[in-house]
Amino acid sequence: MSTHVEHRDDTARKMGMWLFLFTELLLFGGLFLVYSIYRFANPEDFARGGHELNVFIGAVNTIVLITSSLTVAISISAMQQGNKKLVLQMLGITIFLAIVFLVNKYFEWGHKIHYDLYPGSNLFRALPPGEGLYFLLYYFMTGLHALHVIIGAIILGFMAWYVHKDEIDATNYALLENGGLYWHLVDLIWIFLFPLMYLIH
Amino acid sequence: MIEQEEKQKPLNFFQDSGGKKGILAWITSTDHKRIGLLYLYSLSVFFLVGVTLGLLMRLELINPGKDIVEAQTYNGFFTLHGVIMIFLFVIPGIPAVFGNIAMPLMLGARDVAFPKLNLLSWYLYIFGAALALSTLLVGKGAPDTGWTFYAPYSIKTGTNVTMAVFAAFILGFSSILTGLNFLTTIHRMRCEGMTWFRMPLFAWALYATSWIQLLATPVIGITLLMIAAERTLGVGLFDPTLGGDPILYQHLFWIYSHPAVYIMILPGMGVISEILPVFARRRIFGYTAIVYSSLAIAFIGYFVWGHHMFTSGMSGPARIIFSILTFLVAIPSAIKVFNWLATLYKGSIDLKPPMLFALGFIFLFLIGGLTGLVSGALATTVHLHDTYFVVGHFHYVMFGGTGFAFFAAIHYWFPKIYGRMYDIKAATRNFWIIFGGFNVLYFPMLWAGMMGMPRRYYDYLPEFHIPNIISTLGSWIVAFGIIMMIITLVKGFRNGKPVGKNPWNALTLEWQADSPPITENFEELPVVTEGPYEYKS
Repeated sequence: MSTHVEHRDDTARKMGMWLFLFTELLLFGGLFLVYSIYRFANPEDFARGGHELNVFIGAVNTIVLITSSLTVAISISAMQQGNKKLVLQMLGITIFLAIVFLVNKYFEWGHKIHYDLYPGSNLFRALPPGEGLYFLLYYFMTGLHALHVIIGAIILGFMAWYVHKDEIDATNYALLENGGLYWHLVDLIWIFLFPLMYLIH
Repeated sequence: MIEQEEKQKPLNFFQDSGGKKGILAWITSTDHKRIGLLYLYSLSVFFLVGVTLGLLMRLELINPGKDIVEAQTYNGFFTLHGVIMIFLFVIPGIPAVFGNIAMPLMLGARDVAFPKLNLLSWYLYIFGAALALSTLLVGKGAPDTGWTFYAPYSIKTGTNVTMAVFAAFILGFSSILTGLNFLTTIHRMRCEGMTWFRMPLFAWALYATSWIQLLATPVIGITLLMIAAERTLGVGLFDPTLGGDPILYQHLFWIYSHPAVYIMILPGMGVISEILPVFARRRIFGYTAIVYSSLAIAFIGYFVWGHHMFTSGMSGPARIIFSILTFLVAIPSAIKVFNWLATLYKGSIDLKPPMLFALGFIFLFLIGGLTGLVSGALATTVHLHDTYFVVGHFHYVMFGGTGFAFFAAIHYWFPKIYGRMYDIKAATRNFWIIFGGFNVLYFPMLWAGMMGMPRRYYDYLPEFHIPNIISTLGSWIVAFGIIMMIITLVKGFRNGKPVGKNPWNALTLEWQADSPPITENFEELPVVTEGPYEYKS
């Protein structure tokens, strides 16, 4: 039988997470590159596409995500002070805000799909090429982001479970910090997506 | 008393199954040596599939016109040959097998930083590989786009491109996680006294490689997802009739795939830097220069992708800049070669099989590197683009370089892994067969390319007949050599002579561990007081 000496290295765990976040930035970076090239080539079409979006829902979602980043940060501070109850409350609020974000997104997408604006539809094919590219990128980028919101919420759900089971506590919370880091990344990407998609002229 | 001592001796990693039986003891193990071997065995199988496809292609090309397969089948052959060799063998090859097995030992560590993640990487690798191979069997057959999946054809073709693209995406994810794991391991797990500049050069090479894996692979990931989205939704991301730009696809593809070339070659260079000092009994010449040249290759490698597109439409200034940057990469590569040669100078050279493969690497990589400059120069590339010259060039680099480094590594670390020695005489003979066959196989490609024979066709004009016959002959010699090599190694594994800890008298830390190493690698973690190559000759 192997007797593995478990020695914990929190610095290594956080370093691993940061490295992973770099890869996420580059994953979206490829899309931002495509976005900037096609927007440079079709500035008017992109602006027209941008006007179709509902700035209000976008702004609400931005506030929702920024707030959720705050609550996740509070949960980590609370963990440092050993306040388990506050940790669980804050994680709960964060996950709730994630769901609010997704519900908004659902209505936003649903509305567009309802009047036939989705990749492959007849309306979509009739759009000027630049506007088609805009909406394709809109669906692709916000869709990939929404996928990250879902994954992030699931991760935070696990974190809450571990906190509940006392597997994460005031002396061992690197995992919670990593979950928080991932959530901040989800927030950060949206902060770039919102102006690039909703606020262009 | 003796019995008690034997009991206290920890089990080696073959004996210690972690309390599980049969195959489970392997596929659920988080031991870096077991995972390394899982990679070695699975990768070898895929390598043989790739070799078989290569052989079939060469057989088809023995005469002009149709010989054994239809054009469409041939297109599938060269696509899968590329996908398998690049994504399943060359990219994961040395890091996943020897990085996993040897690197933690060389650092004086007990394992990698994230053992479970390490196992997950292997599962992703197997899943991606299964997906890639199943494109052969289902739907409308193997993709026929070439391994580069160039748009717009990759969007229009009816073959299994989406599946192959997903396979490459998953394999990329596996590669990212391995890179992440190695970076953290190198930062955090070096043993006491091992400062950055006392680290073996193989670990340095893996360090540079891991950064590329981490920072380049996501770009190909998202690009391949775009291809998949295009194929399912048909919306014109890369389709000029719908406003898209197929050249943009090429840019995105090569932004990853050129740095990936250095993912393929840097670990090989690291292996050579390990082997030369051991078998020349000399301190490596220019340790620091080799370290910085690895980092420089990794860095400059990001800025040369445009040289794959000199003929696909790029502005004059862009072409000149990319050409200059391409020449710049040759500098750190040449620094390495000169340092290797200087290491050999006045050394007492021992031509054991690992050393032969290492020297073979230098010779073949030199030809590969120089033909690379010919392809990277603007004036000559117009003539040579998409000819067999390019095919010859990258096989000299990828097979002559990375492939030979892989063979060198297996012959070098074999006694450490299995605790037995293969038949040195047979291995030496195998080297000469493979090395000779290699040149018979690929040199005529350079020649045919210079004459203008285009790549990726199952047919050719009669004037290219002679180089093609020679090349096909060479392919048989290489295949024979590889089979002989496998036989020799398997024989060595079964009933080779047991060896002690350090059959090559090397100074890096893995040779202080038992052969095979115990599960925890070292009973007591080593402490390092000097550099890894202080040979007193």
